[in-house]
Amino acid sequence: MTDTSTSMSVSAALKSPESAARLKARYRAERRFRFYGRAAIGIAAGILIFLLSSIVYNSIPAFTQNFVDLDIELAQDKIDPNFSYDTAIIASADWQGLIKASLRRDFPEVNARADKRELYDLVSSGAGDWVRDFVLDNPQSIGGVVRIAVPTSDDIDLLIKGLIDRTLPESDRLVSNKELVWLDHYTAQDRVNAQFAWTLFTAGDSREPEMAGLSGAFIGSLLTILVTLAISFPIGVMAAIYLEELAPKNRITSIIEVNINNLAAVPSIVFGLLGLAVFISFFQLPRSAPLVGGLVLSLMTLPTIIIATRASLASIPPSIREAALGIGASRLQVIFHHVLPLAMPGILTGTIIGLAQAAGETAPLLMIGMMAFIVDTPTDITSKATVLPAQIYMWANNPERAFLPKTSAAIVVLLVFLLSVNATAIYFRKKFEKRW
Amino acid sequence: MTETNRPKIRAQHVEVHYGDARALHGIDLDIHAHEVTSLIGPSGCGKSTFLRCINRMNDVIDGCRVNGAMFIDNEDIYGDHMDVVELRARVGMVFQKPNPFPKSIYDNVAYGPRIHGLAQNKDALDNMVETSLKRAGLWQEVRDRLHESGSSLSGGQQQRLCIARAIAVNPDVVLMDEPCSALDPIATAVIEELIEEIRSEYTIVIVTHSMQQAARVSQKTAYFHLGNIVEVGDTDQIFTKPGNKQTEAYITGRIG
Repeated sequence: MTDTSTSMSVSAALKSPESAARLKARYRAERRFRFYGRAAIGIAAGILIFLLSSIVYNSIPAFTQNFVDLDIELAQDKIDPNFSYDTAIIASADWQGLIKASLRRDFPEVNARADKRELYDLVSSGAGDWVRDFVLDNPQSIGGVVRIAVPTSDDIDLLIKGLIDRTLPESDRLVSNKELVWLDHYTAQDRVNAQFAWTLFTAGDSREPEMAGLSGAFIGSLLTILVTLAISFPIGVMAAIYLEELAPKNRITSIIEVNINNLAAVPSIVFGLLGLAVFISFFQLPRSAPLVGGLVLSLMTLPTIIIATRASLASIPPSIREAALGIGASRLQVIFHHVLPLAMPGILTGTIIGLAQAAGETAPLLMIGMMAFIVDTPTDITSKATVLPAQIYMWANNPERAFLPKTSAAIVVLLVFLLSVNATAIYFRKKFEKRW
Repeated sequence: MTETNRPKIRAQHVEVHYGDARALHGIDLDIHAHEVTSLIGPSGCGKSTFLRCINRMNDVIDGCRVNGAMFIDNEDIYGDHMDVVELRARVGMVFQKPNPFPKSIYDNVAYGPRIHGLAQNKDALDNMVETSLKRAGLWQEVRDRLHESGSSLSGGQQQRLCIARAIAVNPDVVLMDEPCSALDPIATAVIEELIEEIRSEYTIVIVTHSMQQAARVSQKTAYFHLGNIVEVGDTDQIFTKPGNKQTEAYITGRIG
């Protein structure tokens, strides 16, 4: 009897009530695990969606900008008194003064100095640029009176967008009662209009939120990433090929290997210090330049690319190498004709990850002066520049309230920038992908 | 010694070490031209290791050392002046698992002639590809799809493609490392027929686990055991009246 119970046949065992219970428990465990997995994905996706939607929601006001139409008297003696028709002379006229004169004409009752200053605060302190650009495009308009849309100041802009509550008591509100009256005067004449905020994309940084744009940081990021790619991709791939395919397996190569892995875990600020000491202090390269930024980020990206490339090379089946060797291909031919093309998708994936990391990095750039207030858009890799993440950080720290939506908008632009970099890389990866 | 009696390949006391482990204990073997020599023996006996000594494929394995001498046409292939790339062009190899390159059928066959600069122009290369595929008995099946991927073929076709690739550079010797172990009996029969057809032009050495295959395709057979050659001789004689008890036990299926 004991004999039969210890060595029961499988079919008999499966029919026993204990077995049925065990089977049920097994299915239950599987269902439970599925539920945990779904819950984990749900939580992760939920957090991501919440984060993205809150950023996008906060950024919406930054994509529009309010303009007020002013009648500007383009007096010849104020713009080009000697009829020189020289653009340099015309460009240096007192455009802001013309705007102030226009405002005074609209509200002749304003006389006190303090009131006048408040009146001038209706429009942006950079509004003169719009008048200048208009006149430079239409020089025949000099001498006449023209209605030109100029940007409102940031506080008025926020008020119109409803981000400043006009029901608050005057002492708690950034816009005074008088300004409200003047603004309502223009609104009543339908002279206040919202436009798409091209400034955000065409202008460089500014202290005035309504004048500040991302162009400088965007081009800075692009140049920095290009330098990073140009340096780290060839060096990383070559180093990985040598280490994986050609290097003798000895103590020196294993030390190098361990240290490359260590390098991948070094805090990024350390690379910044290194860049400051080596590239700027020793080699005397310009500070705040995309060239140095790219060099520093290359140091950071190299280990990622080397590790990914080596893993990708190692995953190519040895049968392909044997086939090529067996037919009389040299080691280099085996690598460049067979192994490298097959490993390319993996190498590109590693490069994308490395570059995406580099594009979002701020800490190392802090040390080499790329976290700086730079107004001009960089023209080459040695001109002064900042990068998108640094720009976001600086705007986020700015006490001007109007920088709040601008910060979110900059984050949206950075995300779109990263996504498009990744999309390009994925396109190339798909192109290289082969079946075997 | 007449021309026909001089061995094509002569191994003299070939010893192979993988690290500290000795895989071959001094092999002496003569292999003659225009014959098929099969190497048989249980797994781990060193027959594949010996085969890979003939085209120095063991060179790429870390910690592998080869002692002794191996002559092809009286030339020591382990000598200082020997160029491995040239050697492997003269000694082709077909592997256990079909391993076509993930390229087109045409490029698979054309690869060898291309890297060795054998074809003067496109027409000559086209010719070489066609000839090789015909010799490998694959031309009829693939002539209309030369630019499809080599991996789109069936297992047996892939292995014949690998044979075509190996003979495209016109080697003297073709080494085959269990070429049919991944194939079904029909594909195996096709390959065996192919070996019979091309043996007049090449010297073929084949490692096999199938006694029947060794008996069918080879003229000479060498029985390996634990890194030694136990017996070598005419295939007929080995399979009908083996001189050694171990050989007899192996080929009749009692060990191995």
